[in-house]
Amino acid sequence: MGEFVFFLLALAWPFLAGSYGTGLITEALIFAIAAMSLDLLMGYSGLVSFGHAAFFGVGAYALALSGMKLGLNPWLGILVAVMTSALAALIIGYFCVRVSGVAFIMLTLAFAQLLYSAAVKWRGITGGSDGIGGFDRPQIAGLSLNDPIYMYFACLLGFVLSLWLLRRIINSQFGHALVGLRENETRMRALGFSTDRLKLCAFVLSGAFAGFAGALYAIYNSFISPDALSFAQSGMFLLMVVLGGVGSLLGPAIGAAIFLLMKQFVSSHTEHWLAIVGIIFVCCVMFFRSGVYGFLKQWLERGART
Amino acid sequence: MTLLRVESLQKSFGSLNVTRDVTLDVGAGEKHVIIGPNGAGKTSLINQIGGQMTPDGGRVMIDGSDVTRLAPEQRARLGLARTFQKNTLFQRLSVFENVRLGVQARFGNSFDLAQRAAARTDVNARARDVLDLLRLTALAERRVASISYGDQRQLEIAVALAGDPRILLLDEPTSGLSPVETRQLIEIIRALPSHLGILMIEHDMEVVFSLADRITVLYYGEVLASDKPDVVAANERVRDVYLGASF
Amino acid sequence: MDLFVSQLLNGLVYGLLLFLLASGLSLIFGLMGVVNLAHGSFFMLGAFIGLSVVSYTGSFWWALVLAPIPVAIAAAAIEILLLRHLYKRDKVDMVLLTFGLSFVFTDLVEWGWGKDTFSLSEPASLEESLEFLGGYFPQYRLAIVVFGLAVALLLWLLIEKTRIGAMVRAGIDDTRTAMGIGLNVPLLLTTTFASGAALAGMAGVVAGPILGVYSGVDVEVLIPAFIVIVIGGMGSLKGAFVGSLLIGIADTFGKAYMPEASMFLIYAAMIVILLARPHGLFGQAAS
Repeated sequence: MGEFVFFLLALAWPFLAGSYGTGLITEALIFAIAAMSLDLLMGYSGLVSFGHAAFFGVGAYALALSGMKLGLNPWLGILVAVMTSALAALIIGYFCVRVSGVAFIMLTLAFAQLLYSAAVKWRGITGGSDGIGGFDRPQIAGLSLNDPIYMYFACLLGFVLSLWLLRRIINSQFGHALVGLRENETRMRALGFSTDRLKLCAFVLSGAFAGFAGALYAIYNSFISPDALSFAQSGMFLLMVVLGGVGSLLGPAIGAAIFLLMKQFVSSHTEHWLAIVGIIFVCCVMFFRSGVYGFLKQWLERGART
Repeated sequence: MTLLRVESLQKSFGSLNVTRDVTLDVGAGEKHVIIGPNGAGKTSLINQIGGQMTPDGGRVMIDGSDVTRLAPEQRARLGLARTFQKNTLFQRLSVFENVRLGVQARFGNSFDLAQRAAARTDVNARARDVLDLLRLTALAERRVASISYGDQRQLEIAVALAGDPRILLLDEPTSGLSPVETRQLIEIIRALPSHLGILMIEHDMEVVFSLADRITVLYYGEVLASDKPDVVAANERVRDVYLGASF
Repeated sequence: MDLFVSQLLNGLVYGLLLFLLASGLSLIFGLMGVVNLAHGSFFMLGAFIGLSVVSYTGSFWWALVLAPIPVAIAAAAIEILLLRHLYKRDKVDMVLLTFGLSFVFTDLVEWGWGKDTFSLSEPASLEESLEFLGGYFPQYRLAIVVFGLAVALLLWLLIEKTRIGAMVRAGIDDTRTAMGIGLNVPLLLTTTFASGAALAGMAGVVAGPILGVYSGVDVEVLIPAFIVIVIGGMGSLKGAFVGSLLIGIADTFGKAYMPEASMFLIYAAMIVILLARPHGLFGQAAS
């Protein structure tokens, strides 16, 4: 019910909010997809990836390069971006799922950093730290994503589709197995689950969704730079998930929106956006572990009881 | 018919030999109980059979084929199931979901991304059957963390049984239970499918002698005796080092 | 031959700098289970504070001695006020916490010193080059080698031969046992965390003349230090030492002889070692 109201609001939003607000929410929808994809790993499978920006960035670069270097239609570019990110996740995940806990954190971090330095150093292809821009935005039947309103609706569609697919995955037997993995891996193996294959599969799916978000991001900005692959970007995704509430899918999406709104607000008042991000991070971990979603849920349940 | 065979198993941590040349069999329908004082290497033995620990030497065979180098999940697929003494269950999931995962491991398809798990009526029905068998139906929707310790021990067995194993390893199923709960658990173990080969570790001598078809006594990693209960009870060395204390 | 020897020296220099960072990281991990993502920040903070000390006093040596002190104090405060409350929680919480802190430190440094790259000048007494083996070697780099080896030796003596070291080792093996045998574990943890940070801060000063001082150097050094302890085995001092030299030398030679592929070299080394030995060269599998 609440979700339906939200959806109606989302449909009406561009006509209520003007171009600034529309752009803001467009960006929030894109980051929400990325945050939800991280939640599939972090919240449902217990795999905390500290290098999730890698797949987001790979998707973004794949979209940009498939258009500029291969002359591919941008619609096809989105598909290419998703596939490339999934492939990157397959290769990186192949190594990462062999280790667990802290080593997993470090490996994901190291691989992301590897891709980051590749993007910075291969100037010939990636344009180095200047990035690349000015590629075509997709259009269909005369409707071009150059128009912010169409861009907004494309992202809304992408978000709803992602949410639906991710929910589907979580409610499937595969999703249940992932949760088992999060809760108790030793037990899962004793029961006969191929835990490494399950993890790898989750990693690839998560990478694919992150790549999809990355492609939308590249289209939205018509520009991409190594920042999208950076340590800081991975951190922002983690913060969105933690802020919104780990393991609730919708929570991280809310987290992404709050994060961006806060960023807009704070950066227009102070230069210390980064410190504020850090402090929020610290506070979330120390005092607010169930996130906004968990808090809202508790509050609503308490309300229902009284 | 021998379902599970352990042959000359060896394991040491530095200078500590936790398993020394252990050989034993479990046949279909047999309840084989391992006893021994603390530090005898009982849980280490179970871990090596289950695949959670790798032996230094010797073999573990299921149905005549060597599984010593197989991972726990591969052994499970050959029909080996186990409970844990200390490992927790899926704490944040419901009792039903715990058992359902056990069923899914064997009868479901964990790489099915499309179909809703709730729609797999065969898996769900089997999970409910197992809960019935273990008298846990009333607790089905409760979170594991919220049910009593005794019920958790019962759930341990339910989860292990969910995949319809042929061999069941029970690591001290009655530890920490009250006398009433212990008696209830013995009844449950008695009522388990008769084709099942069971290898269990147990401390409570009353439980041991009321259930065992065969008893193996471990002492500092070594098999002291392995025979029918009355023969073991009469064994001088066993009486000296172990049973003497509790009789 | 000349190039080879001087690259070897550079590799040693980089490796020993990494060791100053990785040893603290590894001991902290071994003892507390914290993957300290703010460890690079301690390095960066040390470098910037060193920069200011040099500009006030004009002496590199004062910087080397003074800069680690505020870093250690900051680290002790973090351990006491924040980390301590998370030991009983999921380990991931601690990692996330230090991740958040690394953002705060970056902002702090940019606020205090700006976003430019500074160069810390090496001490005047070590500006010359020495001639031997048919080549000229900068004194400062040679001094780093001596310093790094001395720190490694001291750490080793401290951990292996002293009572405090025995406590640290007991703690690494099992914190609960250490508590059981009456060690003052909270104090031990605070001290280790602060000392590791001080060492990182000192490394920042030492590395200043070579790597430069800038916001962002934290991640630049943190990632190789992570790779070092993943390779060496977490919680192992010996692993940190061997891993540091391995990565330092491999990276330097890679950059000299295969500049295009160099950045993949250390990652490739890490992957190969992890596949062969999932717990690193000197790490112990958690049972």
